[in-house]
Parts: sequence; structure tokens; C-alpha cells
Amino acid sequence: MAEEKKFAAYICKGCGLGERLDADKLAGIAQKEGKMQVVKQHDFLCNADGVAMIKNDIANEGVTHIMIGACSRRAKTEAFYFPNNAVTRANLREGVIWIRPDTEEARETTQDMAEDYIRMGCAEVKAMTAPGGNVNTGSNRTLLVVGGGVTGMTAALEASKTGYPVVLVEKTGALGGWAAKLWKRIPVHEPFKAPADTGVSDLVAQVEADPSIKVYLNSTIAKTDGAPGRFVVEIATESGGINTEDIGSIIQATGFELYDANKLPHLGYGKSPNVVDQAGLEALAKAANGGPILRPSDGKPVTSVAFVQCAGQRDPSGEHLPYCSGYCCNASIKQAMYFKDGNPAIDTTVIYTDLRTPGNGEDFYRSAQEKGVIFTKGKVGSVAANGNNCTVNFHDLILDDQNAQIEADLVVLATGQVPNSGVNIDMTAEEKADDDAAEAAATEASAASGQPMQFSKKVSVLNLSYRQGTDVPQFKWGFTDSHFICFPYETRRTGIYTAGPVRRPMDMVQAREDATGAALKAIQALENAQLGRAAHPRSGDLSFPKVRLEGCTQCKRCTVECPFGAIDEDERRFPLFNESRCRRCGTCMGACPVRVISFENYSVDTVGSQIKAVDIPDEFSEKPRILILACENDAYPALDMAAMKRNEYSAFVRVIPVRCLGSVNTIWITDALNAGYDGVMLMGCKHGEEYQCHFVKGSELGRYRLSKVGDTLKNMNLETERVKDLEVAITDIDNLPRIINEYAQQIVDMGMSPFKGF
Amino acid sequence: MSANQQMAAKYKNSFLKEVEDQVEMGEWVKMCMQCGVCSGSCPTNFHPGWEHPPQEIFMMIRAGKREEVLTSPSMWMCTSCYNCIVRCPRKLPITHIMHGLANYAHRLGVAPKGQPTRAFSKLFWNNAIATGRVNELKLSIGLYFKDAEGKINIGQGIKQGLAMQKVALGLLKAKRLNPFEIFGGHKCKDQKGIHAMLKKARELEEKRKAIKA
Repeated sequence: MAEEKKFAAYICKGCGLGERLDADKLAGIAQKEGKMQVVKQHDFLCNADGVAMIKNDIANEGVTHIMIGACSRRAKTEAFYFPNNAVTRANLREGVIWIRPDTEEARETTQDMAEDYIRMGCAEVKAMTAPGGNVNTGSNRTLLVVGGGVTGMTAALEASKTGYPVVLVEKTGALGGWAAKLWKRIPVHEPFKAPADTGVSDLVAQVEADPSIKVYLNSTIAKTDGAPGRFVVEIATESGGINTEDIGSIIQATGFELYDANKLPHLGYGKSPNVVDQAGLEALAKAANGGPILRPSDGKPVTSVAFVQCAGQRDPSGEHLPYCSGYCCNASIKQAMYFKDGNPAIDTTVIYTDLRTPGNGEDFYRSAQEKGVIFTKGKVGSVAANGNNCTVNFHDLILDDQNAQIEADLVVLATGQVPNSGVNIDMTAEEKADDDAAEAAATEASAASGQPMQFSKKVSVLNLSYRQGTDVPQFKWGFTDSHFICFPYETRRTGIYTAGPVRRPMDMVQAREDATGAALKAIQALENAQLGRAAHPRSGDLSFPKVRLEGCTQCKRCTVECPFGAIDEDERRFPLFNESRCRRCGTCMGACPVRVISFENYSVDTVGSQIKAVDIPDEFSEKPRILILACENDAYPALDMAAMKRNEYSAFVRVIPVRCLGSVNTIWITDALNAGYDGVMLMGCKHGEEYQCHFVKGSELGRYRLSKVGDTLKNMNLETERVKDLEVAITDIDNLPRIINEYAQQIVDMGMSPFKGF
Repeated sequence: MSANQQMAAKYKNSFLKEVEDQVEMGEWVKMCMQCGVCSGSCPTNFHPGWEHPPQEIFMMIRAGKREEVLTSPSMWMCTSCYNCIVRCPRKLPITHIMHGLANYAHRLGVAPKGQPTRAFSKLFWNNAIATGRVNELKLSIGLYFKDAEGKINIGQGIKQGLAMQKVALGLLKAKRLNPFEIFGGHKCKDQKGIHAMLKKARELEEKRKAIKA
């Protein structure tokens, strides 16, 4: 390195640190053991004077690496902001004095703890360099919106109003999507009493009039290449040509299809033209254009209509959709009003099992009741067609009448939403085989009967050139994956956001909200990409993975495990990092068996040297040492908050924050056990179907990797309890200290590790 | 054709419409959302006389179960505590609808025979309108000497009277019971006026219902 390194340690004596700890001793340790060239103490380090002292040392003393022994790294981040230096923090306040009792007996162990954190901080800062930022950036500020429905148009308009140019791609010949097919929409303004104008034509006009929105109709995405800030997207246009656009970030608003009512023959669909789905009724209402709605079978005005809710939805058998689409109750209420508002004498019955009217739907529901729409709680078993009439057979759930019947001219099935999310890239071989078999069967059936084919093969939406697959990963039931709690629009492909019903079933109000959120997130992403910074949750992080290719064995674990598809392969089959796609979770680093992947400020070495820096008392000291690797997203803040509440926990633990459980390399655990630690606790977020991992798959991958640690323990002749995996949520403020104390007691009972002193 | 048959013919398939037109507060029935809070709130705890709790009656009306609703003893069981009205999230005047339905069934002559609430109501009404004042002595005697079917039963009357002897003597002592009331008792000043008023009220009600229908 061209520049000289100079290490400095600053020890704060404010917030009671000076009274509770022997600061002179801490300074001595930083100097002697930590080998810090500059060591200073300050009574109030985060005040203007303290910060000025550090700044002066940087400017005039040539200090490059800074170790601050004060509060948690989550506190005072603005005061201790030195962007051009490598900075680390020894957590003496939340990590030591706030979680220890202020008693004479506790004084010694509390001081031990603080000294270790100083040693760890010094060791860490020596293994770090200041992150220089990603140089491989793009500066394209154009958003690509895929899908010209309400969500897509809203996203495009919102982005355009914020000052970003937009390319809008729609596969059909017109903008508007499903909403354009509606006669009217569910009201969104007071008094929520009658169906309202859809407003789609206005939205379309706005998009068409906006000079910074470029619309491609009858077009699809042929290829998406690159990374946030520098996507290159090939658009296949109507004429068969390919247009290439340079794109900063992408919003996928590909919406939904209605669940195929052909799969519901027991409800009469296909058997009588008088059984329609909700889209079918909208078409009839549009054709009627305000006049009486006509019965398809003979063109006579409808005199009675029955709405069947949850048709092919909320099905526990697994045959149809298992979920509730959330909008259909309101939609049926609206459609019932199409009839009642025209002619109150028309019998309209809504047969439901649970009526759910989100938003202001409760007023809308009441209004329908006032208008005389009959709501009957029942489960429809079958719909039989007889001539121009239909008989709806249902189980009346209030009167417990198994053989209840309603005669109706027209039956409307509320079938629900199925996302248009492209190809499922995580499909297992079996699922793929099933899918192919279904396609073959459908082809055969259509050839034999001469009917059009009843099978629609999933086609890719984005055609990503990523090694991991052509589309964004899906979660449950084909909806795209996103962190439901923290980052709802975020997909597992950085810079690509999904909005609207492709993400989860929703109505127009929710879709527009989604679109706005996604547009702003997409703008953030391209701005961050331009500055070489990470997107959330490590928003603003300038570090990015560096790989020492000489050591790489081409095992491909990093390319496979990266939850965000950031790593491709080059021609020589080495990993090829796309820094702008990277979210800096470090899962690749944790996965690498030869440990050649590192970040400038976070590496196998920065954590490894902290582990080694801890002073391990001998076997007879009655002072066990427990290493805690805590996820910085939930577990570490939970520990900090426990400290703020002064929840006490064992003085035997030494906590090291990690970016994600996925970044934990097993070598750290082996090292710790070899060094004589008596126990290791791993604290990560919940994984699985209801995951809370901020890097989606990180904690799951980390746990899988660490599940193999049992073998290591056996080889070392150690008890398997010496490594404990914990799922921690940010709310575990009171639980966590208790669990730590129980574990510490368990370790004391188990006895000390025999690996001490080697 | 009986009143009942007339009405049934008039409204053919729509019992809900009939209830809305003819039953006091009947227009509220369509607003029920089947949450069941009324049933959960009823202090009678649905002793056997309650065949159908209120929300079930509303659903039966919507399902057109005319015969079953009107002949049901359920609405006669309501004690008018108003708990359901207080709690109904849709603000249905459930108590009033129950009384409205009972009254309608009575008017059509299809209410259950010998239903004790109905028997007492009739006794009370006739007692009250005769003189414009309730004659408590006659009312209680009338009640004691009638069985569940409303027929006079001397043996039972004497038995019940003897059982209540202590209470009666207590009331007598406290001057709350005047034995001479048996000979006509006290009356309101303008009996004719009361009768004319009631007649007019009935006329108005019938007119209103005719307009609604």
C-alpha cells in the first residue's frame, strides 16, 4: 500500500464509562497489546471537542485507522463519521457497562469484558482498510417499467414526476391492463356508496402526454443484461425488430391473470353461457353500456343473478388456489350494484363464506345491503344449468341447510388472481417434469378434440441474462419474493422491483400505492448504483466483495448461494462479481471454502482476528468465554436495546456483529473452539416460509452450512451443545439476555473446554 | 281467504319484501351482516323456546322461509333487555324487530297458540284498554286462573292464589293492593276518548302499511 498506515485508539470516559471502568488500563492495553500508535482518552468523545480531536489527528498526525472505544456502533454514527478512514468501534457502553450490575463483585469481570472489546477492536481495525467504493458503476437514470396496467402506468407517472425518464413496455396493443376492461371500479372516495369511474382513460392520457415516458406497445423484453445503473435491455417490438435501451433500474408490474374458470366445471363454467367469471360480467356490463345487462344464452335482460365468492380460491384440497385474493368480495358487491342501480327489482344474491371488504369496503358493503343486495353465508357445492336458468346448490351455513338452492339467470364466479411472474427459476426437477407432462397432455387433448389448447406455458418476463435464471425468484404460489416486513417491493435481484398483483393479490388502490413505493425505491437504487453504494439494508455501504482469483477453486458455491444473483461466471468459469447487484451481505464470503472472498472492512480476517484477540483465561479461572456472532440487522440491535433497558447478561460473552448469518464462515467457529472458547452462540433471523432475514436467504444458507459444524465438534471430541443456533427477532429484548444467561449456566455446568492454553 | 293467505299471495316469493313492508322496523332486516353478536349477547341464553337466534331469523327471512319464521316461538321469547341493540355493529333495532315480527304473526293469526308471552300480552292489552288503566288485581287473577292454553282452570287458580297468599297479604298491609278493585276498579276520566285514540292509531298504521306496500 502506498500510504502509510497509522492506527489510533480513542477511549471515551463519558456516559459513566470513566466511573465504571479503568480507562488508563484500557488505554494501556490498546497501546501494548493492540499496538495502537496513538492512544487518547477523552471525557466526552462524541462532543464537538472530542470529534475535533480525532479529525485533527487524521489531518495532522496522519491517522488512517481509528478504533473508538465508546458506545455501540449503532449509536453516534453521525459524530463518528470518518468516510475516508477505516473505523471500528469497541462497544463499551451497550456491550459492557449497561448490561452489567454496578457492584463491587462484578467490577472485575466487567473490566475483563471491556479490555477484551478493546483488544478485539484493535485487532479488527488492523485487518481493515477504508472501503474505496465500487468503480464499476453505471449512471443511467432511466427506469424501465414492464407492464402497462394501472400499476405500471402509476409507477411510470410517479417516476416521471420525480424527474426520471421512463421506458414503458406493454405486451398488448393498448395501455390500461385489467382496469381498462372494467365497466366501473370500487369507489375510493366518500361516501363509498356506488361504483365509480375507473379513471383509466385519464391515466392513459397522462402517460401518453408525458414527454419523458416512452411507450412500447405490443412489445416484450427479449433480454435484460447488466446491473443497476447500467442495465442494457433489448425490447422485442411489434415489427419483429429489437430496440435496445439503457436502463438504470427496473419495475416489473406484470400483474395477474384470473384463475382459469375452466378448472371449475362443477360450478357450471363452460356448461352454460350464463355462468361467467368476474371479467365476463365486466364485459357484459360494458356491452350493456348502462342499459340492462343481458343474459348471454338468449339476450334477455337478467332478472336474477347469483355471485359465488371464493370460486376456486381458499381451497384446502390443494386442487385450486389456496389463498384469498382479497379484492373479490368488493368486486362482487360492485357488480351486484350494476344490477341493483339499474333495476332494484333484479334479485341479486352474494353467496359467501366470509365477506372481507378491505379499505373502505365496509361502507360499500352496507350500501349494497341498503340497495337490497342479499348476502347469504353459504358454501356453493355446484351450479347446474337448465335451459336459460341456473340452479345454485349450496350449503347454507347459518341455517345449516345442506340442500339450499337459488335459481338465477346469471351466475358470476369470483375466481381470484394468479400472478404473471414469469418462469419459476427455482423449480425442482420433479416440478419441471410435472409441468412438461401437463403440457404434453394438454397438447394431446387439444389435438384429439380439435379444441384450443388449455395449457399456457410460463414464459419469461425479463429474460435476465443472469446465471441464476431468467426471472426474479418467486416465493409462495408464484408471487415474486420480497421481504414482506421491511422491503416489500424489493426482489432478490437488486435494482429490479416488483409492484402490484405480481407481488401479492391486491386491488387497484393497493396497486397504485405499491407502484409509487416501487418507483421511489427504483430511483434510490439507481442513484445508489451511480455512487457505487449498496442498496438497503446496507444502504450507503461502499464496500463490495473482492476476490483473490489465484486461490479460487471454481467450486461455484458463491455463485449458487448469492441470494441476489450478483455473481455470474466468466469464460474461464471464475466468479464474476457484479458489484452493483451486490447487497453486501457476505453470503459468498461465508460460503467460500478457500476464503478468497472478502470486503475491505469485513472479511474472514477482521472477524477471525477479533476471535483470536480475546484473552482466554485458563481452565481453572472459572471464567468461561462464549463467542456470540450476532446478525447486525436484528440480533445486535436487540442486544443494544436490551442494554438500554439495562437488562443484565453474563460477563462471559463476547459479541461480534456479523452482516448476516449467511456471512459466517465455519472457520470462525473452528478457530474459536480451537482457541479455547467454551461455547459459541449464533444469532440470526428467522428463516423458512416466514423468513425475516434481511438478505432473504442469508440466514437459511448460513444455518445449512453451520448444521455441518456438528461433525467438527465430534472430531474435536466436544459436546454438540458448545455451538448453539438461535433465531432472534428484533423484539427479543427481554428474551435474549435470559437465553444468554441460561446458556452461560449450561456451559458452566458442562465444564470448561479442554482446548484452553494451546 | 285468511289474512295470512292474502299476504302470502300478495308477496309471493319475497318474504323479505313482505317483512320490510308489514313488520315494524322490518326494513332493517337486510342490513344484518351475520356476525352473531346479538345471539352472543342475549341473556336468555336461548332456553328451549328460542328455536332460532335473531341473526338466524334474519337469514331465514332473506331465504324466504315465511312459514317457519311466522310460526316460530323465538321472537316471543325476547325479554326486551336491549343488550343486542346496544351491541349490534350494524345498529339494527333487534328488539323492536323481534316484537314487530311477533306482532305481525299475531295479526295474521299464525303465532303459536298458547305461547305464554302472547297469552299475557293479550290479557294485559285487553285489561288496559278496557278502562284506560291497568287493573292489577284483575290482571293477576286472570293470569292465575288461566292455563298455558289460555283456558280457565279453577283448580290451578286457587292453587296459585294460595301460593301467593303471603305476598298478597303483604301488599294489602302496605296498601298496594285494593281488594275492592274487583268491582270495576279505578278508571281514566275519558274512556271514550282513549278508545277513539286507539282506533285512530290503528287506522293510521294500516294506512301507512298500505302505502308502503
